[in-house]
Amino acid sequence: MIELRNVHKSFGSLEVLKGITASVEKSEVVCIIGPSGSGKSTILRCINGLERYDSGDILVEGARVERDTPSIVTIRTRVSMVFQRFNLFPHRTAIENVVEGPIFVKREPRAEALERGRALLARVGLAEKADAYPAQLSGGQQQRVAIARALAMQPKAILFDEPTSALDPELVGEVLGVMRKLADDGMTMVVVTHEMGFAADVADRVLFIDGGVIVEQGAAKSVLNQPQHARTQDFLRRVLHPL
Amino acid sequence: MEKFLRDATEFLPILLQGVGLTILVTVGSLVLSTILGLVWALMRVSQLRALSLLSGGLINVIRGIPIIVLLFYLYFVMPDFGIALTALQAAILGLGIAYSAYQAENFRAGIEAIDKGQIEAAQTIGMGWWLTMRRVILPQAVRIVLPPYGNIMIMLLKDSSQASTITVAELALQGKLIASSTFKNTSVFTLVALMYLTMSIPLILLVRHFENKANKR
Repeated sequence: MIELRNVHKSFGSLEVLKGITASVEKSEVVCIIGPSGSGKSTILRCINGLERYDSGDILVEGARVERDTPSIVTIRTRVSMVFQRFNLFPHRTAIENVVEGPIFVKREPRAEALERGRALLARVGLAEKADAYPAQLSGGQQQRVAIARALAMQPKAILFDEPTSALDPELVGEVLGVMRKLADDGMTMVVVTHEMGFAADVADRVLFIDGGVIVEQGAAKSVLNQPQHARTQDFLRRVLHPL
Repeated sequence: MEKFLRDATEFLPILLQGVGLTILVTVGSLVLSTILGLVWALMRVSQLRALSLLSGGLINVIRGIPIIVLLFYLYFVMPDFGIALTALQAAILGLGIAYSAYQAENFRAGIEAIDKGQIEAAQTIGMGWWLTMRRVILPQAVRIVLPPYGNIMIMLLKDSSQASTITVAELALQGKLIASSTFKNTSVFTLVALMYLTMSIPLILLVRHFENKANKR
């Protein structure tokens, strides 16, 4: 359902993606791991049209992602995104954040959107926080609202850009728990993460990216437990045994 | 002091007529400059390069011309082109245009202060440029923009006195007329100053209120 073919992308003279070819099937959970600055987030941002890519093709359900054409709106309603820093709208309550897209982009009737929105907040365990403003919520709660906001668009896939990296350690679990439930429900997910435990447990496949290329990919267990490449081995050793 | 109070009771009614026009000019040009300023600011931050450059140029031209020259132009030159404005219309239009440049820069600063992540979040739920502005950016920018906006209101109130140069009989001009016919310069201009100050005080309090609110967040 998401396909990347030989995607290149440079920021100025720095080439961050050097020919990425990958695909994500329906209901698949793919984790992208790799050192910082390796281009992981850029891949997600290109899929969603937040960044332009220089060459190659990115297809979402067969439609080419082109940032500067009206078709990007359709693609964005099919592929939602969850950010490292949550990016909730601070001037709106949790429920207002969730129904913003359905009401103003999808033009759903207000009552219907609100009902669905409340159900989504309940699904991420925040039914009672519907009327709280983001500033009144913990990081973990904010990120769960952000996930509900992404779900409200009824996307075919969700992109997660380091969704737990900005969280205090004790709040990571609640967000990963919600994500695991989504995976169990069959949501297609692409997750950039440093949570190797999550990748091992939930991901169907893992891509290891370094220096703008996919160094290694395969079933989550085999990449994480028996990495073939020296760079992958080195990276995993440093992540799993930082001392 | 007694003499001053006697003069005050005598001149106050005439000066109050001037106050009416001062308020009219101030409010009129405030509304106009706010609307124009918002348009310039939105053009400036739009992704269309031509619009952005046009707006940038326009702002610089407006900023580079003294208000008094702008007023003279509208009132004395435009009739040559077949556009005759009343003094009041010219004053509101001139001050409105002049202040639109400051308004625009203030609005732009407010818009650009909003975290880029907000724009990205709006985009990822399928919002276009205008919807992002209306629902996400502008409501947040308002809080940032309000304190400087209050200052612009105070400046505009005082600069409305420049309308006197094109015969609008607002507070400053009324004062000048009374002073030159009675020679009671001290009483008259003290009164005029006090009346401007009286009108500024509520605005000053409003700015403080805005600032407190902005700081609380």
